[in-house]
Amino acid sequence: MTVLDLYALAGLGIFVLGLHAVVVRAHLVWKVLAINLMGTGIFILLLAAPARADEAVADPLPQAMVLTGIVVAVAATALALGMALRVTARTGSPFLSEDPEPDHTRSEDEAQ
Amino acid sequence: MTSFELWTTVAVFGPLMAALPALGGRPYLLRVGLAFGSTSTLASSVFLWIGVATQGPGRHALGGWGQPLGIELWVDGFAVAMLTVTAVVGALVSLYSTAYFADLLELELEESPGGRGARHFAPLWLLLWSALNGIYLSADLFNLYVTLEILGLAAAAVVTLAVTRQATVAGMRYLIVSLTGSMLFLLGVALLYIEYGTLSLEALSALEPTGPLPAAALAAMTVGMAAKTALFPLHAWLPPAHSGAPAPGSALLSAVVVKGSFFIVVRLWFGVYGGGSPEALTLLGLLGAGAIFWGSILALRQTSLKRLIAYSTVAQLGYLFVFFPLMITESGEWSADAWTGGVLLALSHALAKSAMFLAAGNMSYAVAKDSLSAISGVAHRLPMSFFAFGIGGLSLAGLPPSAGFLGKWLLLRSSLEGGHWGWAAVIGAGGLLTIAYVLLVLRYALDRKEEKESMRQVPNRMEWAALLLALGAVILGVRAVEMVDLLLLNGAQPW
Repeated sequence: MTVLDLYALAGLGIFVLGLHAVVVRAHLVWKVLAINLMGTGIFILLLAAPARADEAVADPLPQAMVLTGIVVAVAATALALGMALRVTARTGSPFLSEDPEPDHTRSEDEAQ
Repeated sequence: MTSFELWTTVAVFGPLMAALPALGGRPYLLRVGLAFGSTSTLASSVFLWIGVATQGPGRHALGGWGQPLGIELWVDGFAVAMLTVTAVVGALVSLYSTAYFADLLELELEESPGGRGARHFAPLWLLLWSALNGIYLSADLFNLYVTLEILGLAAAAVVTLAVTRQATVAGMRYLIVSLTGSMLFLLGVALLYIEYGTLSLEALSALEPTGPLPAAALAAMTVGMAAKTALFPLHAWLPPAHSGAPAPGSALLSAVVVKGSFFIVVRLWFGVYGGGSPEALTLLGLLGAGAIFWGSILALRQTSLKRLIAYSTVAQLGYLFVFFPLMITESGEWSADAWTGGVLLALSHALAKSAMFLAAGNMSYAVAKDSLSAISGVAHRLPMSFFAFGIGGLSLAGLPPSAGFLGKWLLLRSSLEGGHWGWAAVIGAGGLLTIAYVLLVLRYALDRKEEKESMRQVPNRMEWAALLLALGAVILGVRAVEMVDLLLLNGAQPW
């Protein structure tokens, strides 16, 4: 096993950690960080795995993809954090509450 | 001679350019942006349709840089079908939105949350439109990822334009699900690139991906797209998000945004992987069947009008996966009936569901409430909206002559011809459940018990937009020949 194999496997491991955290952690900042972690795992995988081939020059395409991916991740993180702030301001907590019922319930309507 | 270079560019960049004036926020700038975006997409879908029908699939290497390093746009019959229906739905919803937000735009207070939401709808929608068209015309996996991410970000922001607490939470949950789904998709892209060293859909299709790594890639991408398409059991985010958004936003999210990720699933499974394995297709079909029953039953239990329609979307999205196991016949051939039926259902759902959400928006607009009991008697005051809701609902249920009928009939035929009685039963039972919840709404609306004295006047434009979309579902059913021809031109595996 070469160092690059290790890098690729570590990337996959980081992705799985991020996926676990985004499901399990309730705090919104945790969730946003977890999504970033998933992205970082993929970037490492993308840089390490194709480079394992014995070529003199590294393949430029994965690097271009990672750069684009970073730009997308920055935009997504900014929007997600902004929306998390909005959620905290409106509900008073940085957690996703259970789906609040719409304005009316059947019993209310029948009582009227 | 259609210029694919010109019209693919117009389809993707037209709405994007149109978003620029809309960012100005003045009402006339919003109208200019929406008009420009609608015109460019409608025109490009007409010319691309003619081009594909006469010259076959077309491609455009952006800036003269072809694959593998450059970005290519690529268009076939399936892409044109989605592009066209999105353009029709998008143009009519844009028209609707100018009237829907009109009074909010009058608010001079820049900082009033309602006014701000109204100003942001047009630029966000145009960005979203550009991303959708980009998905339809993408020729490579990474371009799909980027456009998918733009779609997800813009769509979550559209939900939060409604300033309620419910919509804010629902939009946040949608964003988290959507971003996680995109990451799973990107993982699949990375795995496929590691295995084959190419991102081009065409090249991958020629390589006929098999083996553990491509299978893992397909699994990751499918789970990600299923979350974004709200396939049962990953649907929990959809009802609050789609019902919480402002009415034009709900219509777009339910009608076309979920179809973006659906389009990718279809491209991957049939276009690139050539059908995958029959067992996996059956699993997707079973999840679809689960969605039909679960979504319909929950729709019947709702007390809020928009919530009911949103659960109906969960159920109808199930149909879009039920056709998966029917795609490959016993003899290993593509089933033309399943293919055209499945896609026709997706297209007719786009038209019918947007009509229903807009009509529901009109009813709630009139009574300033969203509960089912509050709309009692609305049918007498808003006959056009009531009619639009009815036609849309009956198209979903699959009554002739709507496109929903034709789609279901084709699916039934392919399942019976293949001897798959189980799928036929699912398709039939789903139709009955659909009728049940559509009639539930119509019953409330027809109720004459209490006459509403103080109903708000609904602008004509809003009523017409809903009605035209509903009629669109009927026209698609009556004139389906052209659409079927277009879909069969290259079939499910166009390369």
